[in-house]
Amino acid sequence: MKRYIISALVSNKSGVLTRVAALFSRRGYNIESLCVCSTEDESLSRMTIVLNGDEYILGQMMKQMDKLYDVKKIVQVEDDSVCRELLIVKVHADRKSRSQILEICQIFRANVVDASPESLILELTGKSIKLDGFINMLIPHGIVELARTGVTAISRGKEHIKEK
Amino acid sequence: MKRIGAEILIECLKEQGVDTVFGYPGGSILDIYDALYRDGTIKHIITSHEQGAAHAADGYARATGRTGVVIATSGPGATNLVTGIATAFMDSVPLVAITGNVGVNFLGRDSFQEIDIMDITMPITKHNYIVKDVNELADTLREAFTIANTGRKGPVLIDILKNVQIAEAEYKSVKPVPPAPADVCADTLKDAAAAINAAKKPFLMVGGGAISSEAEQEIFALAEKLHAPVAATLMGLGAFPASHPLFLGMMGMHGTHAAARCCMESDCIIALGTRFSDRVALNRDKFAAEKTVVQFDVDEAEINKNVTVTHAVHADLKKALAAILPLIGAKDNDTFAQTALRYKQEEAGKKTAPELGHKILIEAAKRYKDAVVATDVGQHQMWTAQYVPIEKPRTLLTSGGLGTMGYGFGAAIGAAVATGKRVLFVTGDGSFNMNLNEFSTAVTHGLPITILLMNNRALGMVRQWQKLFYENRFSQTVVEKKTDYVQLAQAFGAIGLKIENEEEIAPALDKARACKTPVLIDCRISENENVLPMIKPGQTYDTIITEWEEK
Repeated sequence: MKRYIISALVSNKSGVLTRVAALFSRRGYNIESLCVCSTEDESLSRMTIVLNGDEYILGQMMKQMDKLYDVKKIVQVEDDSVCRELLIVKVHADRKSRSQILEICQIFRANVVDASPESLILELTGKSIKLDGFINMLIPHGIVELARTGVTAISRGKEHIKEK
Repeated sequence: MKRIGAEILIECLKEQGVDTVFGYPGGSILDIYDALYRDGTIKHIITSHEQGAAHAADGYARATGRTGVVIATSGPGATNLVTGIATAFMDSVPLVAITGNVGVNFLGRDSFQEIDIMDITMPITKHNYIVKDVNELADTLREAFTIANTGRKGPVLIDILKNVQIAEAEYKSVKPVPPAPADVCADTLKDAAAAINAAKKPFLMVGGGAISSEAEQEIFALAEKLHAPVAATLMGLGAFPASHPLFLGMMGMHGTHAAARCCMESDCIIALGTRFSDRVALNRDKFAAEKTVVQFDVDEAEINKNVTVTHAVHADLKKALAAILPLIGAKDNDTFAQTALRYKQEEAGKKTAPELGHKILIEAAKRYKDAVVATDVGQHQMWTAQYVPIEKPRTLLTSGGLGTMGYGFGAAIGAAVATGKRVLFVTGDGSFNMNLNEFSTAVTHGLPITILLMNNRALGMVRQWQKLFYENRFSQTVVEKKTDYVQLAQAFGAIGLKIENEEEIAPALDKARACKTPVLIDCRISENENVLPMIKPGQTYDTIITEWEEK
């Protein structure tokens, strides 16, 4: 199993997300994350899909997605592209553990966005692997809850999705 | 000019050249039926059930190549279309399904007969729409027709809210311009041609895409140029004339032994509009291992989906073949064709005394040469594919992908209405019972449909699998119904006949052939008649079973 990232421009209409998500579940493929956002063109949304599978599954999904009338452009995001994810995590923090947690934050360059006597809310942006590492370091302190956006990505240089 | 939504819909159907629609009225589609009535130029066939209407629109489309249109109301009307739409989807049949839905004020409130048919049909349509704004109605309909009948064809559903049907909008007639198929990539063509030219024993495998693309002439030319034996999948029957010496019949699970042998011996399989389904390729990993496979398909997602190929041409088949033919060198060596012919003769020689069901089909085929053949699903379907020679495209209507029991009656009605030709509808007692309500539709419209009911008082195909894989435990497949089908036919206002032995075959068929209205022949065949040859699921072609000793 490998991890692949697909980026697609789709019609900004209701039902499009269902169409794409259903395509994956129908064929028994797993989505690790799916991130949808508006774009500079209000008629289009951008979907970034992280997929676990092999070359066959990737090929099938790209071709099957390309057949959807609401999918306008689709590309595989290369490994060297700019890929980012946002994490917000609430962690137990009392007088004893707070400084240790802040130290971890410094290492990962995470921000504190909220504090209370019992907890801290931390925010971190980066590659998924960095977020995983950060979470690992926080587990011993007790994670109350966390939210991740899933990956969003864009290719480097002057290349862009619309010309493909 | 300002028109209401329902009128715009009718005008758009006329723009597309639609002369016949199939359907069933109801609360949320009343305004469209009213517009249909007031317009009066489009023929509407009302069926007994929306499923029958969907299959009829499908049969209309398969028999003509034009897009079939079916109309139904919201809720149960729409859900009754589902099997029909899925059947069309699996066999890539151009279909536009129009459903009414409750008004926008009632949407999302679980109103009477409200159902989210768009979400329900999402995985079984090429595309679908819900129209909430009358200003978008005309363009949506035009787009739906284009999508349904271009590229890999398929069904499109349009759900129209009740308030949209009565809202006014500006309407201007637009003449449809069908988009031309995309150009074929010259490099892939050269590559494919080189592979075909290098083949010593090329073998043509013809699928439903050949009929959909209307590529029969190009396939004929390719086969003759290469002296290549030709086999068709169930969906491809008719794309190559059955009487041609190079034709080996159907291939796959119940295909001919000759087709299986030639497919195995060939060094190059040329796949023309076929998706290597599990009923044809059976074992997708071993099916074409170590062979050159050149796949032509209009749908890129089909390339390498089931069988990994060595060469692929992603294009409309007719266009691709027309472009590749000049690049193919004529073969002077016809050894493989001779071998194929010998295999074919050997197989024909072994077929001693077929059973009653086979004999009826052989005799019917002689008398119904000009007819369109429609089938249901099961043993009778395979016997039809094996014993009724299909000479021309669009003359065999059968549910291949979805395997829909109950498909045939609707399809027969659609084909009879579309072509005005006689229809030979072969069914079994299992399938027939699913949608026999359409008898009334056939009788009302006086359609020339002859029904051959292969009545073995059993669900024969499932029973055959129980014999083969479940040690004769006939769980729920022996259905001794007390129905008298001759009287049933008469009750519907049709003619009912019976065949119980060989002597009765010719008189019954002659009598049926002379009728211009629906006739049913109750063919009382044995429950022990099997479909052979057979290759078990997942097996390779060398394991083909040609004879079977009953325990």
